[in-house]
Amino acid sequence: MTVTRTFLKYIPNVVSLKLDIGRCTGCRRCVEVCPRAVLRMENKKVMIIDRNLCIECGACANNCEPGAISVHEGVGCATAIINGMLTGTEPTCGCSESKPETNTSPEKSCC
Amino acid sequence: MGKKKDPEIKRPHWIIGEIDIEDRKIPAVSTDLSFRDQMGRVRSRLGSFRMRYKVNPSLYAVGEPDEDSPVFISANYKLSFDLLRCNLKGIDAFILVLDTKGINVWCAAGKGTFGTEELITRIRGTGLSNIVRHKRIVIPQLGAPGIQAHTVHKSTGFRVSYGPIYAKDISQYMKNGYSATQNMRTVQFNFMDRLVLTPIETLQMWKPFLFYVLAMFLLFGLQPSGILFKDALKGGYDFVLLGAVSILSGAFLAPIGIPLIPFKAFSLKGLVSGLVVVAAYYFLFIGGSNQELLKKAIIFLTFPVLSSYITLNFTGATPYTSISGVKKELKYALPCYIVVGAVSTVLFILYKLKLLELI
Repeated sequence: MTVTRTFLKYIPNVVSLKLDIGRCTGCRRCVEVCPRAVLRMENKKVMIIDRNLCIECGACANNCEPGAISVHEGVGCATAIINGMLTGTEPTCGCSESKPETNTSPEKSCC
Repeated sequence: MGKKKDPEIKRPHWIIGEIDIEDRKIPAVSTDLSFRDQMGRVRSRLGSFRMRYKVNPSLYAVGEPDEDSPVFISANYKLSFDLLRCNLKGIDAFILVLDTKGINVWCAAGKGTFGTEELITRIRGTGLSNIVRHKRIVIPQLGAPGIQAHTVHKSTGFRVSYGPIYAKDISQYMKNGYSATQNMRTVQFNFMDRLVLTPIETLQMWKPFLFYVLAMFLLFGLQPSGILFKDALKGGYDFVLLGAVSILSGAFLAPIGIPLIPFKAFSLKGLVSGLVVVAAYYFLFIGGSNQELLKKAIIFLTFPVLSSYITLNFTGATPYTSISGVKKELKYALPCYIVVGAVSTVLFILYKLKLLELI
């Protein structure tokens, strides 16, 4: 079972993923939650194998109790970012009902 | 009282009974997808139906679970829930459905509705610790952006095991002692994954397309003597079809062809795909070097860029784009779209004036 996935790669050298190795306790949580195999354990500490694979989903940072990992998390969605620019808010998809008063088009689709 | 409040009538078809645990009645769900479930699956891939395709957030039973049975967490988007239950065939388990407003696990996790707070509330609300005696909950790995496992543990005593990304791997995951292999943990985006996303991308363009058709009809039909259908058809025909071809390119061809089309930026992939189909249309159906320069300019400027814009909006449907990447691409693409949009409008008007022999 060592079949490796071939990854689609997006625009390189932009990702905001940061690792403060001094704080890493080696719990492996980040490696466990990363859906893009960005991280690996090496000598009981985490290391970044290929940062260009990172999609900034925030799973690793969110689950890192000692706060060794940080990333500017968000949705990699042009529609959401453009909507955010137009409304002057943070990029969010229009498919949620979290803001019913501003959600004028419930048919709007994303993700 | 009234018939509407009778739970028997409201009970969804996939609930097949209930089990008694600790004086609690927990609805038991089928692990088979019925024809209605399959139809729902198709409909949710086609349009706005998916926005109201929900299940009631609650605790459900699969098979005949007891206090040692595993607990799987899911979203209340019916498609997510169906994928989970049909992959639990032969497994006695509980499913705890969170209220994610009918959104799938991954997107809801990004928004935080599939989140730590909701999970803790739901664990407490259902009295999960009185139903099972172990302290493990299995969360789909793609829910991790919304969940802080350590906070859940501190607040509820339940330890989070992150399960595989795909529900089909659950039984193997359990055999591995609740440990996901590297393959189970990495997200795929193969041809079929992309293909199922394209109907909705294409179909949601029908409304802007209708407006576009109307605009073309008016522009080319407008004559000093009124709006003439014959002129509208003659002048607008190619532009309407090119619009349709651009939508097909941007919302269908470029998304399914992602690995084959050069460039990493979606705007460029959409542009390449658009140039190819527009060129194909031009040489097959318009052709000839005797075409006016103005018409050529409109065709080769407007339509590939339209395809580019549509493909750029597909970034949100993929699991491999980052917000920093999309922002970078937008920084270059948006000004181009605005300029091309303005130039195209002017060219269309000039072309029309030329047809009227006014210039």
